[in-house]
Amino acid sequence: MNGKAPQGRGLTAIDGAMVLIVVLLIVQIWLLSATLESFLAGHREAAVPGAIISGLLFLACAGLYLFVVRIDAEVRRP
Amino acid sequence: MSPTIRGRENVKWFRKPSSTPLWQDEFSVFTADERYVNRRQFTKFLTLTSFAMLVGNLWILVKSWFYRAPRYPRREIAAAGEIPVGGVKLFAYPTPEDPCILVRTAADSYVAYSQKCTHLSCAVYYESAHQRLECPCHQGFFAISDGSVLQGPPQRPLPRITLEHAGGRIIATGVEVA
Repeated sequence: MNGKAPQGRGLTAIDGAMVLIVVLLIVQIWLLSATLESFLAGHREAAVPGAIISGLLFLACAGLYLFVVRIDAEVRRP
Repeated sequence: MSPTIRGRENVKWFRKPSSTPLWQDEFSVFTADERYVNRRQFTKFLTLTSFAMLVGNLWILVKSWFYRAPRYPRREIAAAGEIPVGGVKLFAYPTPEDPCILVRTAADSYVAYSQKCTHLSCAVYYESAHQRLECPCHQGFFAISDGSVLQGPPQRPLPRITLEHAGGRIIATGVEVA
């Protein structure tokens, strides 16, 4: 039997999701800065992959946010 | 019944998170709930920041779709022999808001670049001892031969002004980015 309280388990899951979102956000910020530098340097072909990857990263963040909302609801209002 | 995480089969992913009013959900009377509310709100903030990054990328995409190559005027910027070897002349091209620097690197060799550093737009100057353009703000150095970055925080080379020699005059004809 797991000795950890259910609420604590939920908190750990939320913390894990938050760390993942932060990592994805750092990658996304770097991506925006790199795409902007490329665009200003005249490499306009970098804009399409930059936007697609940024969209995928946002979808991942949004999915993790929904996960946090769900865990929050599951743990606090069983 | 003690609170527990229900089995996966009971989880509804797209249900409303709570049936209680928003104000009651965000300002719970239970101290333990505060940790959840804070984390959920912070996660929402991070997700919105992620959306802002996406909007930035989409803005770049739209700008690249609607990009039109600018047309540059031909403009006389100096007379040949007006500046000595190793000397410089400042001018504005293509608009009065675009400062540029013309350098005479040899008796019959002239180069011109935008004077705005590609890092934070400080004005670069010519350092003849080292044959390079230097930005005094953050020590960014550019090669005088092609404007490429030699050292420092700039990521992009200086835009180069294309020149033509005609009848003892030096004429600017365009701007080459990267």
